Amino acid sequence: MNAPLLKLDNVTVQFGGLKAVGDLSFTIGEGELIGLIGPNGAGKTTVFNLITGVYEPTAGAITFANKSVVGHRPYKITARGIARTFQNIRLFPSLSVFDNVRTACNMHLRHGISHALARGPKFSAEEREIEATVMELLEIFSLTAERDAACKSLPYGDQRRLEIVRALATRPKLLLLDEPAAGMNPTEKAELMKLIRFTQEKFGCAVLLVEHDMKVVMGICQRINVLDYGRKIAEGTPTEIRNDPKVIAAYLGKEEE
Amino acid sequence: MFERSKILLVATLLTFAGLSHFAGGISPYYFDILIGIGINIILAVGLNLVNGYTGQFSLGHAGFMAVGAYASSWLTLKYGYSMGSGTLNTTTVFVLALLGGGLGAALAGLIVGVPSLRLKGDYLAIVTLGVNEISKGVLQKAEPLGAQRGLGGMEQHTNFFWTFAFAAITIYVVLNLVGSTYGRGFLAVRDDEIAAEAMGINTTKYKVLAFVLAAFFAGIAGGLYAHFKQFIHPEGFNFLRSVDIVVMVILGGMGNTAGVVVAATLLTILPEFLRAVSRYEWLPEWLRHVAENRMILYSLLLIVLMLTRPQGLFGNFTGKRNSKLQ
Repeated sequence: MNAPLLKLDNVTVQFGGLKAVGDLSFTIGEGELIGLIGPNGAGKTTVFNLITGVYEPTAGAITFANKSVVGHRPYKITARGIARTFQNIRLFPSLSVFDNVRTACNMHLRHGISHALARGPKFSAEEREIEATVMELLEIFSLTAERDAACKSLPYGDQRRLEIVRALATRPKLLLLDEPAAGMNPTEKAELMKLIRFTQEKFGCAVLLVEHDMKVVMGICQRINVLDYGRKIAEGTPTEIRNDPKVIAAYLGKEEE
Repeated sequence: MFERSKILLVATLLTFAGLSHFAGGISPYYFDILIGIGINIILAVGLNLVNGYTGQFSLGHAGFMAVGAYASSWLTLKYGYSMGSGTLNTTTVFVLALLGGGLGAALAGLIVGVPSLRLKGDYLAIVTLGVNEISKGVLQKAEPLGAQRGLGGMEQHTNFFWTFAFAAITIYVVLNLVGSTYGRGFLAVRDDEIAAEAMGINTTKYKVLAFVLAAFFAGIAGGLYAHFKQFIHPEGFNFLRSVDIVVMVILGGMGNTAGVVVAATLLTILPEFLRAVSRYEWLPEWLRHVAENRMILYSLLLIVLMLTRPQGLFGNFTGKRNSKLQ
């Protein structure tokens, strides 16, 4: 087996006296779809923030494609190929659907400020190229009709979808999805599951999925890591996890002896 | 090659060059107001890049204007006369001095911006306000630059053409920058810094860039001002001058260049209009006093605006407009 794409090695992060994540290790291989679950406050979003450079681990190592990401600014980590969505949607509210995705193409620009001001043929060619890329992505996720709409006016499910599109526009090797099914109705959830699997296949990127909805997680993940109080209590296939007594105890509590 | 905005810029510059020939016929009073409008447009449109498009609150724009005014005046006073009869004509020296003043202000913007742009909102406003006061304080003590006596003796090089040419260039730069994919980074920083970083945007770079560009244009405006009035004084670049510019940006609508141009024009004319009003003897005494104190009206204007149109007179943050701005 090749070296994993992402590797967390005994990662610990401490906020004052609170150990939010302790000695966490797991790996994600190229193109894998991995779930990360756990009760509320287990530290799932903190793990995302550690991987994307929002927080720095107190101890341990995080390597992406064989290079450490610890201590790098988030934008640099995104440039290396990790993109994310947010638990509470963070689109750019004043920008249109098109511009939200266009902004994510910013880091791949070959021409900088001087070209934006001189407006030469190279600039126009690149802007047209970006427009084509954005429109292609919007087409795939059937958001073409909403191109010029204010992103805030979209229905909730579409906003979540747009966040995924925007993350994909950075051309990631690893996509982190933070509770994409939150607030969705069953039909939307079913759509989302199809969408995530489709994304993984079409764009060939690995996916790390944080999700509360067990149906979604169990339905699409190849492997699942379970967190409780910042520690990993189980890892395995959906079937293994479903029958793991420690996982059941973490979610439902222990039976009285 | 012949992109629309470029053609528009060249056409505008040619028009101004043509109009410049007729500007001599305007009475000095109206000419003064006209040049004031041009200078304020440069200041406000530049500041709008920071306060409007990038969402940072700078409250010290007059400080950068001062740097540009003093730097360019020092350059023309030192080199202007000696070279005037030589190889370079005085206009060339003047334009080079303007650019020098702009670069000086941009450098000041870089030095101030790198450490202070870690701060947000009110805190950034306070720091920039402090920098404004410090630059004023330094100028008041700088003996070679006239200190408290002010600096004079510059020739009047600023004319209709140069003022409005630079105003047009400022508008061109800001609009083309913000409309490009590159410039969408400014708006992303304003809308959500965390999301912007997650999308691969170096938020620090964009904030500093906006700050430096705005400072550059403020420096140019300062140079134009100095070579129009032919006399500058540290008090002319105080906190109230900075507030004037911020009011133009807020009134015009943060992140709306057309609105800011209109607001800069209106707010340059307004004090003159009020001065005229305060002389109407048939008006009640108290109204004439209010008219004399424009700051009272400014604050009332801002309060009414905040309550009724928080997005500014012309502000309109819908996505549709933005995406058409390419």
